[in-house]
Amino acid sequence: MVTKVQDVAGDRNYKFGWNDPEFKAVNKPQKGLSEKVVAGISDMKGEPAWMRDFRLKAYGHWLERPMPTGFWGGNIQNYSLDFNDIYYYVKPVAEQGKTWDDIPEEIKRTFDKLGIPEAERKFLSGVEAQYDSEVVYHNIREDLEKLGVIFTDMDSALRDYPDLVREYFGKIIPPNDNKFASLNSAVWSGGSFIYVPKGVKVPMPLQAYFRINTESMGQFERTMIIADEGSDIHYVEGCTAPTYSSDSLHSAVVEIIVKKGAHVRYTTIQNWSDNVFNLVTKRMAVYGEAVGEWIDGNLGSKLTMKYPSTYLLEPGAHGEILSLAMAGPGQHQDAGGKCIHAAPYTTSVINSKSVSKGGGRTSYRGQIKVYPGAKGVKSTVRCDALLLDEESRADTYPLMEIDEQDVTIGHEASVSKLGEEQLFYLMSRGMTEAESAKMIVNGFVEPIVKELPMEYAVELNRLIELQMEGSVG
Amino acid sequence: MTDGTGTQPIFVVEDLHVSVEDKPILKGVDLVVNQGEVHALMGPNGSGKSTLANAIMGHPRYKVTQGRILLRGQDVRKLTPDQRARDGLFLAFQYPISIPGVVMGNFLRSAMKARRGEDLPVREFRKLLDETLDLLKIDPEFVRRYVNDGFSGGEKKRAEVLQMALLKPDLAILDETDSGLDIDALKTVAEGINALRGPELSVLLITHYQRILNYVKPDIVHVLYDGRIVKTGGPELAGELEKQGYDWIIKEFAPEAVGALAASGAGGEA
Repeated sequence: MVTKVQDVAGDRNYKFGWNDPEFKAVNKPQKGLSEKVVAGISDMKGEPAWMRDFRLKAYGHWLERPMPTGFWGGNIQNYSLDFNDIYYYVKPVAEQGKTWDDIPEEIKRTFDKLGIPEAERKFLSGVEAQYDSEVVYHNIREDLEKLGVIFTDMDSALRDYPDLVREYFGKIIPPNDNKFASLNSAVWSGGSFIYVPKGVKVPMPLQAYFRINTESMGQFERTMIIADEGSDIHYVEGCTAPTYSSDSLHSAVVEIIVKKGAHVRYTTIQNWSDNVFNLVTKRMAVYGEAVGEWIDGNLGSKLTMKYPSTYLLEPGAHGEILSLAMAGPGQHQDAGGKCIHAAPYTTSVINSKSVSKGGGRTSYRGQIKVYPGAKGVKSTVRCDALLLDEESRADTYPLMEIDEQDVTIGHEASVSKLGEEQLFYLMSRGMTEAESAKMIVNGFVEPIVKELPMEYAVELNRLIELQMEGSVG
Repeated sequence: MTDGTGTQPIFVVEDLHVSVEDKPILKGVDLVVNQGEVHALMGPNGSGKSTLANAIMGHPRYKVTQGRILLRGQDVRKLTPDQRARDGLFLAFQYPISIPGVVMGNFLRSAMKARRGEDLPVREFRKLLDETLDLLKIDPEFVRRYVNDGFSGGEKKRAEVLQMALLKPDLAILDETDSGLDIDALKTVAEGINALRGPELSVLLITHYQRILNYVKPDIVHVLYDGRIVKTGGPELAGELEKQGYDWIIKEFAPEAVGALAASGAGGEA
């Protein structure tokens, strides 16, 4: 049907590498980036002038800023990614669908194959599906809509809730924050917009699924979540792409506001194909007694640079980052997290687990910052890396900037090799070497997987097992 | 091969030589275990007891340089540890390693599936597990914990016997399963072994001390010293060892070594 070039780029056992050859964009996509391209995106979308200006200014920052050289993050210059060989805007449909039947057959088929409509029926409060540059479908349970919960795509939000968007857009992550935040701010398209009113607790997760189809695609979704006081929301994003021999680029910006007493959990299961550069900026502003959590699973991509951050801005704010990375042949997962303690009596936990195999590389990169006067801060960082063979690599780059005496900071790190004794123990019970290795790896990542809702835990375990196949024995 | 009494040897070790990192540890071990027998293998520290256990199970660091290991007449030397386990060998480890994140219950179920070649229906598994937990006086909560993770010494040893009971091996090697146990735990473990021994299960019980043999009566006792079995006898041999320590055997076998052994404090009884 739609299977092609499955194994061009990676040796990873990747089941999502098919593409959809029948797909034709609604616009006439052109490769490369210029002021004209940036303005063109804004014009096509019919945006207000302030957003057009915002984009053009951000494009200026993109031009001015040098490429990151590895001081913070992987060294992008070690790769041959050509930013002129990328499509910056591919419009998939003329109009968004209200039901799955509204969207073109070949796109619907893609999401069927990924199991999205089924998941929506079974265990979600709402779903959004993005295909290349635009959201093609979104839906939220009616009862939640009646309670005032907004779940839509960013482009629609800019149209339908202009004041709300303008109040927060680019405020948590300014357009000149870093090179790739500048790029996203210039060419962003799609992404989720969520507003949860005061005291409303959304019972089941809202999920977004990001799918790249076009070769040499650049996907730049922009997501914003505003959780008003005392509200509760769990947002889940998944992503996959076809495997191509040329590079693709995914560079998102995610801004989250967790107001007093609210709780936001943001779960990512990133499973891009091995030709995707995944350069993402994610940040939460967490206010008094509120809780912001990132559960960040990175299995795919060629190079990921992603360090979800929590800014703890008022007393009692709590941030938590659970990071899981798996790197196979040719992959570098440069992931981790940041917790910025800008107020007294704020607390944070970072727990990172990484698995490298077949020459893959993982890096934990983290930052704990405590501002002067932020008394009573407590922070715990724990990062564990597991190497499955001699060729693989794991590094830890923890950065601590503590400018206050009255704090409790803990940091533990470990790098271990897949243990001969553990393998022998399990094998002596009759399990093959491959089964035993899978069991050890699943056990290693269990503290993170167990935090996921059951359906996602099952899915993640399945993905890990796929990735483990053929790695030992 | 028979021993003339009509019983079949289930397990035979012939002239076994084993090296660890090129250092010879076992220097020609011979052993014949008939079906249903319990053999005690005793010996001072460093005599090669654990090496024999690991080599039989196929640990990659223990290299067999000479000799054969036969299970039901089939040489297992070329088999990987998991193949040996599926064929009916079992090793209760002296120091079971912890595997964080792997839940005991799932681990037991996977191991049983591997050994039996098919999954056991959940209800049957549950029933068998509950009965065995009860037999070994193990808290049912135990199956929710991670494999050997944070277990006390006694819990680890009972967990090993639990696995033996569920996997139903033809030959189980218990490597110092008695060490580090208080008397109550020792009795529980011994009761477990006694409940399981029989025509279906032959046992090679490796121990430094005679203590467990008060509860698990061996059919045959061997003394391993310097990589060889230097004495074999009936249960009374264990009694003699308790009274006199290892020195008299060593004197017989390697008189020059007695002084060194005494100096290392490795001989005698606890």
